[in-house]
Amino acid sequence: MKSYLRPYTTRLVLIWIPAFGGIAIGIVIPLIGKEIIDGPVARGDTGALLPLALLALALGVIEALLIFLRRWFLADAVIGLETTIRDDLYRHLQRLPMSFHGAWQSGQLLSRATTDLSVIRRFLGFGMLFLVLIIFQIVTVTGLLLQMYWPLGLLVAASALPVVVTSLRFERGYITVSRQVQDEQGDLATVVEESAVGIRTIKAFGRGRHVFDTFDDGARKVYRTSMEKVRLSARFFTFLEVIPNVTLAIVLLLGALAVGSGSLTLGTLVAFTTLMLQLVWPVSALGFILVMAQEAMTSADRVMEVLDTDPEIVGGTDAIERPRGHLRYEGVEFRFPGAAEPVLRDVWLDVRPGETVAVVGATGSGKTTLTALVPRLYDVSAGRVTIDGHDVRDLSLPALRSMVATAFEEPTLFSMSVRENLTLGRHDATEEEIEEALRVAQAGFVHQLPWGLDTRIGEQGMSLSGGQRQRLALARAVLSRPRVLVLDDTLSALDVETEALVEEALRHVLRDATGIVVAHRASTVLLADKVALLLNGTIAHVGRHQELMAAVPEYRALLSAELDGAPDGLDGLDGAPDGLDGLDGDLDSQEALR
Amino acid sequence: MSQTTTQGWRGVAAENKDDLSEQVSFLLRARSRRLLGELLRPYRKEIALLVAVIVICNAAALAIPYLVKVGIDAGIPPMLAGEGPATLVTVVVAVLAAAITQAATRQVFLRMAGRIGQSILLELRRRVFAHFQKLSLSFHDDYTSGRVVARLTSDIEAISEMLQSGFDGLVTAVLTLTGTAVLLLVLDVPLAVVALLPLPVLLLFTRWFRRQSSITYRRTRETVALVIVHFVESMTGIRAVQAFRREPRNQEIFSQLNADYAHANVQSMRLIALFMPGVKLIGNVTIAAVLFYGGLLAIDGDVTVGVLAAFLLYLRQFYEPMQEISQFYNTFQSAGAALEKLSGVLEERPAVAEPHTPVALERPRGEIRFEEVEFSYLDGTPVLSRMDLAIPAGQTVALVGTTGAGKTTLAKLVSRFYDPVAGRVLLDGVDLRDLGEDSLRGAVVMVTQENFLFTGSVADNIRFGRPGSTMAEVVEAARSIGAHEFISALPEGYDTQVAKHGGRLSAGQRQLVAFARAFLADPAVLILDEATSSLDVPGERLVQRAMRTILAERTALIIAHRLSTVEIADRVLVMDSGGIVEDGPPDQLIARAGRFAGLHQAWLDSISDLPAPPG
Repeated sequence: MKSYLRPYTTRLVLIWIPAFGGIAIGIVIPLIGKEIIDGPVARGDTGALLPLALLALALGVIEALLIFLRRWFLADAVIGLETTIRDDLYRHLQRLPMSFHGAWQSGQLLSRATTDLSVIRRFLGFGMLFLVLIIFQIVTVTGLLLQMYWPLGLLVAASALPVVVTSLRFERGYITVSRQVQDEQGDLATVVEESAVGIRTIKAFGRGRHVFDTFDDGARKVYRTSMEKVRLSARFFTFLEVIPNVTLAIVLLLGALAVGSGSLTLGTLVAFTTLMLQLVWPVSALGFILVMAQEAMTSADRVMEVLDTDPEIVGGTDAIERPRGHLRYEGVEFRFPGAAEPVLRDVWLDVRPGETVAVVGATGSGKTTLTALVPRLYDVSAGRVTIDGHDVRDLSLPALRSMVATAFEEPTLFSMSVRENLTLGRHDATEEEIEEALRVAQAGFVHQLPWGLDTRIGEQGMSLSGGQRQRLALARAVLSRPRVLVLDDTLSALDVETEALVEEALRHVLRDATGIVVAHRASTVLLADKVALLLNGTIAHVGRHQELMAAVPEYRALLSAELDGAPDGLDGLDGAPDGLDGLDGDLDSQEALR
Repeated sequence: MSQTTTQGWRGVAAENKDDLSEQVSFLLRARSRRLLGELLRPYRKEIALLVAVIVICNAAALAIPYLVKVGIDAGIPPMLAGEGPATLVTVVVAVLAAAITQAATRQVFLRMAGRIGQSILLELRRRVFAHFQKLSLSFHDDYTSGRVVARLTSDIEAISEMLQSGFDGLVTAVLTLTGTAVLLLVLDVPLAVVALLPLPVLLLFTRWFRRQSSITYRRTRETVALVIVHFVESMTGIRAVQAFRREPRNQEIFSQLNADYAHANVQSMRLIALFMPGVKLIGNVTIAAVLFYGGLLAIDGDVTVGVLAAFLLYLRQFYEPMQEISQFYNTFQSAGAALEKLSGVLEERPAVAEPHTPVALERPRGEIRFEEVEFSYLDGTPVLSRMDLAIPAGQTVALVGTTGAGKTTLAKLVSRFYDPVAGRVLLDGVDLRDLGEDSLRGAVVMVTQENFLFTGSVADNIRFGRPGSTMAEVVEAARSIGAHEFISALPEGYDTQVAKHGGRLSAGQRQLVAFARAFLADPAVLILDEATSSLDVPGERLVQRAMRTILAERTALIIAHRLSTVEIADRVLVMDSGGIVEDGPPDQLIARAGRFAGLHQAWLDSISDLPAPPG
């Protein structure tokens, strides 16, 4: 946090000049009043009145000017600070790996980037100054009181003791509660975010009330904790007001006795109590300011929590001059953080430049994870993944990720134009290249959109159908001309005709690139030169489609007989490397079923 | 480019506009005031009590210095005269009593104000959230989730800020202000007139400030919303961001939005930096004027020195709260801007509205009828044109056709995500628009490609289909559609947390969970829009097998590109450009050699080229 303050050090120091200047003038102006009453008014000297009044006017103008300067410069400094931290937070979050983002709700991240930063800003822009001024005022006044009549002064100083003790105790209790409120607000933000992103699912099930109840629970939790906060601070604030007042009563009593015994003059007692009255406001304001300080600290903690998280996935320094795209998995193991069982273990796979491998496996067998290791969305927990002999962890991230492009099954489209969405991986793509990519992905429909390529597609491309989104994501991946192209079941939402056209076009693209194709369907498998079968977290078989069909029953179970609805569907394919027969048989068996 | 990314948001009408005409901004203010009034109304009595309490509290606080003075003036002389400390003790007791009264009332005030404030916040949160849920999808299509989040976080906070610090200060300041003004007038009228003369200037100045700041504050709320929207979107899509090296460009956009927000904030802080010392200046000039004029009057003997001294003291007190008021003004302004946005949201009416007198379906059978239904999205291009269709209860219908043929639209009309532009859609003979939300959602459930999973466990997500169902029912549902195997294999089985947006599960697994969810909901009409696209063959086979039993009892509309689904259908509808072109049982259609026969053949071919890899 300190490093963020550094650029503003000068400014934050200079602020004190107008701050203290303003206070000084605030003290001087009443003195002029006294001067006028004691001087011109007492002597009936009209002539001396004007200069003093003008002096008061001049000082008044200067005071206003000083306040202006303080606020004006402080504004730049604190907002500059807030903005820098927010920028850094965002930058840092973009660098943090998927494992971090999987574990952190975006609502929690958001509340750090907005609420917490503004809490810090408010403290720096207002609270901090007041805290120092108030403490300054308390110390000075107490000092003056000690000087005036030390026994009573000592009493006043001693009354600071319960204030300090209670403040410390209060802080300890309050910090827990305020942290809790902030965390709960983050959770609430998460519920809001999910309810907005998942609105279609909620509507489809008519579960508005259920979701509302969840939100309501969260909101009530925030309410309860906030009330706890209110109770704590109400007690503390009251205490802070009581102490100076009670001390005042004691001072009055003892002071009167002292005057009675002749050890104190009446005038001094008057001055003493008048001065003491000036302590009441600062001490009670202390509560409010301390709360502010406390919350700022909590917020700073919450922000630093994220900023201090090391991005586990950082790029190396290597770059491959002319990448060929020779991809190898060497004894790769992967487990999610904290998981007991690895998702992948001892994976060995060699994909030569220009070759395409289809990865086949049951639902949830780790196919997507396997592909995510290449662009280092996740890192292996043992073994290594290499491209052209370089461990991907030694390559710089931009170099690596420009070599590898993935078309995800669930495509993410951003709220921007179609063109921007397409050129995500390659800003300098020409019009022809965009057209070519659209053709490959059969995504010509974009030209029918109201503003063609410049149409802004909604958040997550909501206004497009699933198939359309997939095709855009595919076009995006193709357009970035990767050495390694990963297709993660990219065609699942396409209709058969379109799929056939896309596959035909993809064959061309895959001829020039190394490909990994996650496939559920035989038709997609046929894009590949060879197939890797993922079983129990490891690659159990590698071979050509027909070979596996013939030799591996598990493979057959995964890919054969799409038409099948009947329990005995496998029979038709048994030992039939040339599947047509099998399929026909299957058709027959279905006809028979009817 | 950043033009297109930072602007061009269309949302609730007045959002994102800085310079509104006087009339519109008046309307907005009235709207926010109305909302504020509604929120405060239930607490009328408490607020009145609150004012009384704070008056007592302030009176007690002001009494203390006065009592001390009395103690010195009236308590000490008798003591010195040897008459004992009786008076002094009385005064000291009075000081203590005042201190305790102040403490007690303060405590009451803080707690009560805190409770009222928090209750209002809770109510506002609930109200806005519920309203967002009520608004139709057509609203949500435009109003991005980031904006929803912005409304329910940063805007609510702005109001919370006001409720927490504003009220206390405002009441105190106003009390001091009026009290002092009255005191001044009582003390000396001519001098008071001089002292209060700058008030009109102050009012004009405040009005100027109010105008300016309402613009800057609106801009602040607007810019922070854009920051939030971008933030949420990039964090939600972080996978694609990283995979496609979008970070630098994102950073650029974010920095720009962040800078815009900072700029708006600096503007508003600078405005205060002008306003606060401005008020101070007016106060100081007044003090100088009172010093001069009061001095003259005092010299002439028209006022006493004591009065002049009191004037100077009180004037200071008069302009001090002005500062505070402007400080609160701050909070008020930003809360006002936030209220404006929130009241705008609350003013939106759902396009698909709940009927006034909803019809309830006791036992929905699931008979669907379309009568001359026409539909077009906002841009006016017709998607469905005059469609008539009758689906008897219990029938399984497959919708087939190319992308854009209108299949999904038809499904969405049945689940009343949208209302038809003309004609009507009926369920068991009742127009969907007359059906109560509960009846409709109980009867019709749609499973789409977007299988949104919520934070929580796998079981929670399945239970979403029918909240309150037992674990046994959840497991049963999962078993029925063949999801039990994989769920049991998860580290913590049904209690496994699905992580953000279901990130821990594969796409196929998410689909199975969504499927189990729909099955648990047990609707009379089940709509499956590409609900099995991510399943692998064994998974799909399981689901298909399950569907025979699942669909036996209910009406089903199935949209699938993979025609494997079709074979369980009783009837196939082939759609093309918003109309039905073929209609009949699948085998009949295949035999007829029409469009469906073609599609079917193409699909057969797509599977049958299995053994013929290129090369």
